[in-house]
Amino acid sequence: MFVPLFILRSALRHKLRTTLTVVGIVVAITAFGLLSTIVDAWYANANASSSARLVTRNSVSLVFSLPLTYAQKMRQVPGVASVAWANWFGGVYVSERNFFAQFAISDPGYLDMYPEFLLSADERKAFQIDRTGAVAGRRLAELYGWKVGDQIPLRGTIYPGTWTFTLRGIYDGVDKGTDQSTFFFHFDYLNEAIKKQYPRRADQAGVFIVQLKDPSQAAEVSEAIDATFKNSLAETLTETEKAFQLGFVAMTETILLAIQAVSFVVIVIIMAVMANTMAMTARERYTEFATLKALGFRNGFVALLIFAESVGIALAGGLVGIALTFPLARLFADAMGTLFPIFFVSERTVVMQFVAAVVIGVVAAAVPAWRAARVRIVDGLRAVG
Amino acid sequence: MAASSSPPPSSDAAAAPPLVAIRALSKYYVRGDQIIPVLVDINLDVRAGDFVALMGPSGSGKTTLLNLVAGIDKPSSGTLAIAGVDIAQLGDGDLAAWRAANVGFIFQFYNLMPVLTAFQNVELPLQLTSLARAERRERVDIALALVGLADRKDHYPNELSGGQQQRVAIARAIITDPTLIVADEPTGDLDRTTGGEILALLERLNDDLGKTIIMVTHDPKAAERAHRLVHLEKGVLVD
Repeated sequence: MFVPLFILRSALRHKLRTTLTVVGIVVAITAFGLLSTIVDAWYANANASSSARLVTRNSVSLVFSLPLTYAQKMRQVPGVASVAWANWFGGVYVSERNFFAQFAISDPGYLDMYPEFLLSADERKAFQIDRTGAVAGRRLAELYGWKVGDQIPLRGTIYPGTWTFTLRGIYDGVDKGTDQSTFFFHFDYLNEAIKKQYPRRADQAGVFIVQLKDPSQAAEVSEAIDATFKNSLAETLTETEKAFQLGFVAMTETILLAIQAVSFVVIVIIMAVMANTMAMTARERYTEFATLKALGFRNGFVALLIFAESVGIALAGGLVGIALTFPLARLFADAMGTLFPIFFVSERTVVMQFVAAVVIGVVAAAVPAWRAARVRIVDGLRAVG
Repeated sequence: MAASSSPPPSSDAAAAPPLVAIRALSKYYVRGDQIIPVLVDINLDVRAGDFVALMGPSGSGKTTLLNLVAGIDKPSSGTLAIAGVDIAQLGDGDLAAWRAANVGFIFQFYNLMPVLTAFQNVELPLQLTSLARAERRERVDIALALVGLADRKDHYPNELSGGQQQRVAIARAIITDPTLIVADEPTGDLDRTTGGEILALLERLNDDLGKTIIMVTHDPKAAERAHRLVHLEKGVLVD
């Protein structure tokens, strides 16, 4: 216990300096964790995607739709188990600030392809039999205080008018990586209304979701589907769900790179600050180190004292930073509403924060420890007075 | 010019080999293409149980000689045998172990660890031994009692006077029962009265416990307490 006590007391010798250093590390590690979580949130949908599903869209752009009749032809492609479709609705709930994803989906079919959305049998049935019924994720329902049976009005932007849905179910995610902020309703409800108002826009799907019999056949099935519609008026582009999601991420890749760069810069800055602190600390104690060596303690022991103190301070800040990341991430997620449908501090982020704290401590101590270990006893003792 | 200094061979102790045997010892520093001699061809014997005062003007090399004897510096040439071990030939690791077992240090500015209590400061050298905790505590209690600080063992250095801090340093120096105690200006930072008390304590260590002490001092009054005076001038022993 002697050595740990010695290290602890040495670390607390300049309380203000140590406290400020710890606070700096707390801020850096928390910022690193939050920024990593934001980057993770960007990739969350891609990471949560299934390898057993393909997404087929218009090859020109996602803006252009595909005829519903394609579904039947796609079902005939070898390797396809089932086909569903969805349309981006783009409605506004009360105010533009309340952004969340809304899809008109084929039912039955679509939800059956997403076992990660957990919906009770009763709610599933209630949704099926109500043409104006809707299903929302738990997080979305909690955010707006929705309960099953509530009437939810959405003002259409792509499909004009006010559309009122009855919430028939609230789904949970199979894990915290599942999006629970999406709103689903019947494609038929939308399509029938569109048929009356804008007949030319009816019977069109934004994307088709293809369930594969064997995920390892994704490439062959994708090619076969696209070949089926080659030289048609609406050629298709089929890709894995993950590739489809990463396509959205790619649009903002520069921002992501910037965020990642900032998160690492923060760590490098605090590393430099910490190194300066440890250099000062070691310089002030050369006489003590020389005395320890004179008493018979070895160079390695002196280096160990500095490393242990540095890593101890860095870990103290790191652990507080990690602990603070969770409530701050919750606050951030609440403030962002459903902008980030999946937002949680992953285990990987926590491990990275911990590793960053250790690296800060080790790197900051490296040069001071090396110098202290090499300081000649007579030179260190001469510094007295 | 070479010089040597040995005690008069008048007792039984004179027949025994010296505890410290310095032969043709030189120390110089190289600065650029300049060689700066600090100690030149020193020959000196110190018998076990002796109390030697090294005196000389500033820059005469007395502290360098003390550092060499204490094994915290290395000579440029010559031999330096302590209890039969030529410490000039030891590597850094072996020398550290040798110091831990054989040398007790008393510094002018005490050099206590400010974050440790008096008790812990005295216990510090024992951390390098295999003694059990209970045995360490017992030894520290005895050492602190010997220097008259049993009641201040839980005090930190900044809660002690200069004289008390030097007593703690002395307790630390004797805690491992070293072969040799080296003291560099042990009263240099103390007033005359307190310095006198510290010197009296060193005398007791020498007289009652038979400790061999080599002390560097500027102070003739302090040097009077020693059994033997050794003068250095410009790196050469003159007496």
